[in-house]
Amino acid sequence: MIRVVLPPHLRTLARLTGELQLDVPGPVTRATILDALEARYPMLRGTIRDHVTAQRRPFLRFFACERDLTHEPADAPLPEAVVSGAEPFLVIGAIAGG
Amino acid sequence: MSGVRVLVGTRKGAFVLTADGKRTRWDVSGPQFAGWEVYHMKGSPADPNRLYASQSSGWFGQVIQRSCDGGKTWEAPGGGITTAPGGMPAGESNKFVYDTTAGTGKPLTTHQWYDGTQHPWEFKRVWHLEPSLADPDTVYAGVEDAALFRSTDGAKTWQELAGLRGHGTGPQWQPGAGGMCLHTILVDPTNPRRIYVAISAAGAFRSDDAGQTWKPINRGLHSQFLPYPTAEIGHCVHRLALHRSRPGLLFMQKHWDVMRSDDAGDSWREVSGNLPTDFGFVIDVHAHEPETVYVLPIKSDAEHFVPEGKLRVYRSKRGGTEWEALTKGLPQRDCYVNVLRDAMAVDALDPCGVYFGTTGGQVYASADAGDSWAPIVRDLPAVLSVEVQTLA
Repeated sequence: MIRVVLPPHLRTLARLTGELQLDVPGPVTRATILDALEARYPMLRGTIRDHVTAQRRPFLRFFACERDLTHEPADAPLPEAVVSGAEPFLVIGAIAGG
Repeated sequence: MSGVRVLVGTRKGAFVLTADGKRTRWDVSGPQFAGWEVYHMKGSPADPNRLYASQSSGWFGQVIQRSCDGGKTWEAPGGGITTAPGGMPAGESNKFVYDTTAGTGKPLTTHQWYDGTQHPWEFKRVWHLEPSLADPDTVYAGVEDAALFRSTDGAKTWQELAGLRGHGTGPQWQPGAGGMCLHTILVDPTNPRRIYVAISAAGAFRSDDAGQTWKPINRGLHSQFLPYPTAEIGHCVHRLALHRSRPGLLFMQKHWDVMRSDDAGDSWREVSGNLPTDFGFVIDVHAHEPETVYVLPIKSDAEHFVPEGKLRVYRSKRGGTEWEALTKGLPQRDCYVNVLRDAMAVDALDPCGVYFGTTGGQVYASADAGDSWAPIVRDLPAVLSVEVQTLA
């Protein structure tokens, strides 16, 4: 199972507490994690990446294993520790304004 | 016993204020959608328990929320948790995709940017939700970048009424300081095929065929900031209002100027009269008197607060030109708030109730058509919108 940590507003929107676990079939990439996340929590569609272009929303970033994966290709394999569930995949909102 | 429910959208969530018909004791509930901007909430005239809310964020984009119990509980339509693949329909309540098909969209991909160059149309948020007068599942959405969408399945899915952007002047539209937003949607209560919208900074438009085709209705407007002040397109219309008994009579608060049309927008004339300033955002009409109009003058386009530190609503009982200041119960010194374009509403009780919310977080109510005012609540986040439902 893949562990995912969402920012607080998205946890509220999806009615989640704490981190969540996802069954991600096939290669584990940012794109497949987000595909599985949006399939299970459709209210999150459009909140992390654009509905049509699938581009990341500008104020969001992705981290895992203390690495910034924001600018890695969406279909790049994620670290083995994410695949094995040892480390979570983090969706982080930028600290800006508000 | 009759009552009212006031729906307040703020920079940091939504609030629901309720009272009985006397409108003196209020219950305040919220925040809903805490931490998100709620540009607008509105109830269905056909089913008062059906509410729609526009929840948005610079981080996470647009979410449409729906309540079927008068605001006690909310859901993102179609966005329920799926327990297994294929177990639930996809949640598309926040999906607003511009129509670029050849048949209806006339692929319109750019509009005018601030510097006069062409700029791609980019969806940002829903500014205004206008439920159908007859069907609780039908609702219109006015969005930024300016376009009109409609849902006929209770906000699960949205389709653009692309004839508005595609009618011909779309590439000339330009954003105002607040963005290029479609912020006003009025459906003629006597003829639901007639719809009015207003866009900053493009102007006012009318459809007579339920939103399929549109035309600009800006004759008589004069905007000094335009290179051609009487141009067909480019006016920064801030708000339109009509009265249910005389829907051909329209009032407009423009960037500067308060305007009136007696022919469904075909022509306009200025009725600013003796107002201390004719800049402002809100305008509304008394529930029972079609010639009684309310505005709230703001000092200027550079200074978005009330003039002289005094919060004053102005009322005309003659359809404009002659205005009286309504000040009883409102702060008359050291007040520097703004009242945004969707933040005034009237109820349908007798006497008519009038409500508005400020950027300072106060929501004021008058239960006597504006003669006197009292705050319902003083310390909310900045108020973006106020709507009121009159409950049986």
